Amino acid sequence: MTVRLAAGTRQQMLQHAYDCHPEEACGLLAGPVDGDVQRVFPTTNILHSSTNYTIDPKQHLAAIRAADQEGFEIVGVFHSHPHTVGYPSVTDVTLAPDPTWLYVLVGMEEYGSPTVRAFRISDGVITEEELEFEESMT
Amino acid sequence: MTTINLPTILRQHTGGAKKITASGRTVGEVFAAIGSEYPKLGEQLTSPDGGLPIFVNVFLDDEDIRYLDGLDTVVDENADITILPAVAGGR
Repeated sequence: MTVRLAAGTRQQMLQHAYDCHPEEACGLLAGPVDGDVQRVFPTTNILHSSTNYTIDPKQHLAAIRAADQEGFEIVGVFHSHPHTVGYPSVTDVTLAPDPTWLYVLVGMEEYGSPTVRAFRISDGVITEEELEFEESMT
Repeated sequence: MTTINLPTILRQHTGGAKKITASGRTVGEVFAAIGSEYPKLGEQLTSPDGGLPIFVNVFLDDEDIRYLDGLDTVVDENADITILPAVAGGR
């Protein structure tokens, strides 16, 4: 299944990944349930680690409220791997909170050529999703 | 009655309801009331030692109850409780 992401979302995730480098960057994705990703909410990695992340719960709450105002739900999460490929780690799989969520990975193994890939993680099984980023009108 | 906002992952235990209501003097009592009506949901809100599960965050209005009195935090009946999954991962 192809997942569509609104214009600007890819750039927002990449910018946050670079801003946080060498720490892992993280954030939440919002949109209609089972629909496209419309919003990216960059958040603080409260671990400030290059190998692990935990989203600031207060910012998670704020993202839920902001999404709710637009009739959206939190439908996924993104984070970066500052020095490795953008593929879910064992820890990512173990801690994945919701099988319906989209898990977007920004891989920065090659610092100047980051990758953006997305996955579903259900019962420990990783399934890659095809991404389609809408073009910006500006 | 206190309104409890649920994340998508927990709505499978409430027939898809995004919000439910329950009564209680404290967060723990509200969770006990939830467990009576939605046993599967109640299981997700309690750790084996009777405390709050490590991968669950609970906000009373804007405050994380871990920084208040945990499950003993007193609940105003006009307050909102929001339950969030902890979102974490790593290499």
